[in-house]
Amino acid sequence: MTQNSKTVSEAEIAVIGGGLVGSATAYGLAQRGARVLVLDEGDIAYRASRGNFALVWVQSKGLGMSEYAAWTKTSAEQWSTLAKSLRDETDIDVAHHQPGGFMLCLSEAELEARINAMRRLHNQPRMVQYPYEILDHDETKRRLPAIGPDVVGSVFCPLDGHVNSLRLFRALHLAMARSGVSYRPNSHVESIKPDRDGFLIDGPWGQVRVQKVVLAAGLGNARLGPMVGLHAPVRPSKGQVIVTEKAAPFLHHPIVTVRQTDEGGVMIGDSQEDLGFDTVVTPPVISLMAQRAVRMFPLLAGLNVVRTWSALRVMSPDGFPIYDQSQSYPGAFVVTCHSGVTLAANHALTLAHHILEGTLPASLEAFSSRRFHVSSAA
Amino acid sequence: MKTIKDVAALSECYDLLIIGAGPAGLAAAATGAELGLSAVLVDENPAPGGQIYRGITTTPVTAKETLGADYWRGTDLVRSLEASKASYAPGATVWSVGPAPDSPDATGGMEVGVSINGAARVIQARQVIAATGALERPFPVPGWTLPGVMTAGGAQIALKTSGLVPDGKVVVAGSGPLLYLLTAQLRAAGAKISVMLDTTPLENWGRAIRHAPDFLRSPYLSKGLKLLLGANRGMRIVRGVKAISAHGDNQVTSVRFRHGSKEEELPCDVLLLHQGVVPNINLANAVGCALDWDEDQLTWVPQTDDWYETSVKGFTIAGDGAGIAGAEGAALRGRLAALGAGHRLGRLSAQERDRTAAPVRAQLIRASRGRRFLDVLYQPAKAFRVPTADDTIVCRCEEVTAGKLRETVALGVSGPNQMKSFLRCGMGPCQGRLCGLTVTELIADARGVSPGEVGGYRLRPPIKPITLGELAALPKTPAAIKAVER
Amino acid sequence: MFRRLPDLGGETVTFTIDGHPATARLGDTVAAALLASGIQSCRTTPVSGAPRAPYCMMGVCFECLVTINGIGNRQGCLIPVAEGMVVETQKGARSIASELPAKGDAA
Repeated sequence: MTQNSKTVSEAEIAVIGGGLVGSATAYGLAQRGARVLVLDEGDIAYRASRGNFALVWVQSKGLGMSEYAAWTKTSAEQWSTLAKSLRDETDIDVAHHQPGGFMLCLSEAELEARINAMRRLHNQPRMVQYPYEILDHDETKRRLPAIGPDVVGSVFCPLDGHVNSLRLFRALHLAMARSGVSYRPNSHVESIKPDRDGFLIDGPWGQVRVQKVVLAAGLGNARLGPMVGLHAPVRPSKGQVIVTEKAAPFLHHPIVTVRQTDEGGVMIGDSQEDLGFDTVVTPPVISLMAQRAVRMFPLLAGLNVVRTWSALRVMSPDGFPIYDQSQSYPGAFVVTCHSGVTLAANHALTLAHHILEGTLPASLEAFSSRRFHVSSAA
Repeated sequence: MKTIKDVAALSECYDLLIIGAGPAGLAAAATGAELGLSAVLVDENPAPGGQIYRGITTTPVTAKETLGADYWRGTDLVRSLEASKASYAPGATVWSVGPAPDSPDATGGMEVGVSINGAARVIQARQVIAATGALERPFPVPGWTLPGVMTAGGAQIALKTSGLVPDGKVVVAGSGPLLYLLTAQLRAAGAKISVMLDTTPLENWGRAIRHAPDFLRSPYLSKGLKLLLGANRGMRIVRGVKAISAHGDNQVTSVRFRHGSKEEELPCDVLLLHQGVVPNINLANAVGCALDWDEDQLTWVPQTDDWYETSVKGFTIAGDGAGIAGAEGAALRGRLAALGAGHRLGRLSAQERDRTAAPVRAQLIRASRGRRFLDVLYQPAKAFRVPTADDTIVCRCEEVTAGKLRETVALGVSGPNQMKSFLRCGMGPCQGRLCGLTVTELIADARGVSPGEVGGYRLRPPIKPITLGELAALPKTPAAIKAVER
Repeated sequence: MFRRLPDLGGETVTFTIDGHPATARLGDTVAAALLASGIQSCRTTPVSGAPRAPYCMMGVCFECLVTINGIGNRQGCLIPVAEGMVVETQKGARSIASELPAKGDAA
């Protein structure tokens, strides 16, 4: 982990970005025997991985791209394998639980809209099938006794779950270290130059030559992509999150906007704002988030807030992931999504394998950024 | 003075909002009101005085000599507040300060979240002065979380507010002028302190001596000598203590320490720790003020101009929160801060401001003389800032040890914010107040770089507890509805 | 651990700690009243279950958290003790499910 310059081919593959996407991919690559170098930024950076909500979430994903629904479902199914391999490797329990999750609705209109969205999702061509239930207030109350009278109904999907994402972050980094990945923080990448033998990566810390490069730099991918013939038009979407003091367990299922962590704290989230790189926490937004959470679970009203924060989701134009290999410079890949927790299992267990093989399979074609050229040409 | 007892009684907008009713806040509020500004002083304690003048209006310890003449000076500050037109809100916490969304003028209007007795409100202030003072530097030694171990300042507060003194076998440990003052006050009140473990590194004298001439001309000299002479009577003082640990199952029962080559263990019912005070920068940090690492005071200090305005327009820090200078200096800095704010609000010209400030500045120079000597002399030893024993708890809330932190630095975690994500340190209810400095210095030490390069925790509101119910009752905006309801 | 200085005068208030009657001096904070009553530890931590007691007495350390009148995790050092107050020491994480309905519910 020294920061020597002129390190020539100490690794075959460089992963740029040490967040959840980068570290899951790097871990997967190293598990398959690759010599991997992870170049990461420092202590202060736009880290979506520090702001995520830690859901492994299936329902509601993929309206507009059925391949995304299938990809998400596969990842949820592979998640226990990832959790086990991390535990074996690091002794860290990332608290993966899949008890099924709810989307709670606070008005008839919300419930109606939710039911319609689920129908449209599942009526799409080539849509993967999985169970979900629409529940009225009474049935929701039977399963979630803490809900308040304002909850008119819910949608439940047994595939939904959550993890302890901070522990996931640490477990991935520890597992990377134990599988021989070389991790370098404070290594902002300025340029990537493709040449005959691969790629020359440059930064204030020095340079490094590798055969393959994986862009997993979140919002940084928009800048890095064009250097290697990749297109990753991602932009920030601001999300604010509230977390409370620890409480004794009272909520045994994740709700899409409210979850109790295995450590006891309650997280409340899921605002979305298009404000560029602004990350200020604003009282009206967190107030409304708090109000909705308290309407869902009135007993939350007395809990003290310990922290709020906001982070930037990494959003592509249609909101779906981008997985691509450069056509002009094969060996350069981009991996970007805003569901780094849910998709961690796929990234470590499936995508890493394809990257190492050197071809992304036809099943991932739908995630190519070529889809954006098509729509802009149309 | 108008006393405010609930948030409904607060105005929609004040010219000047002051946070903290210690010497700086009391002086700033009175000065601001004298300038004709609408001023409100918000304080989380039930009565004015801050920590140094804690309980000044209510203390049951009425024998003047127990707490000393310096303490009773606080009375005048409270009187000038009471005589002013300022509003005063006791028992009120400020949990958020940010730029007002529609700032009424170019002076940098702020939006302030205040909570009183379980109800919250967001009000506006054209200028904010944070007089949030100091807190005792973390003292992470093995066993410092045991019941029976507390800060010497905490024991002093119990004395001032309630007339309580530690009982049984009492040991005080640490360094700094305040340690001697607190010990003297407790002893004067009747506490029997068996031993003082002085951890001042003997080698500090060599570095401090070049700042001695100023100190010799300062009032600190005679006060210091008096305290030192007093301490030597009837109490064992062990100097050059290099290591301390507290032991016991559910309560401290003994303290072990090393001095020279000797290890000793003494029975102990109460262990009081103190190694100086540092600025309480949580609010400044959450507001986004630029902070510098101070190599003398070994702490973060906000960047301020001549009138203590920070890098955030309209947000001023007065008193020890802007760097430690003591109670007398704090009151003077509070007045200067209010004059600066008054000028920015158009109440007085630059000339009037400077003319009024000149004698205050002269007093401040006198009051600050000799501080540098004390800062350097009482820099706590590294072993008491960066614990060497791996099982020492650093983050008390999340129970994260020094060993775990070092292990995680070795994994490549290079700063405190990544450290939070990895280990949860600083994520508990105290929000890093008791581990922030230790975590920064420990990472810096492990990486072999300066604390300034490592940086500190980045904080966000609420910086004081607010319930979800209080938060939920605040006003919403159409933009918020668009952001949340989908 | 602490004793009260003699001859302080002032009014006394009565309250309860874990159901046992106790007295304090009017003006005491809850944390000071606990120290005066000889309470060794006011809570156990939600992380390891270790016992804790008031540490800083000035609102920054959050060690003196107790349940006051049915509401958990209140900072004892900032809240004045009042006549008839019901103070309870805490074990581990606060249990909101068993608390009385909190005041300040959202409208």
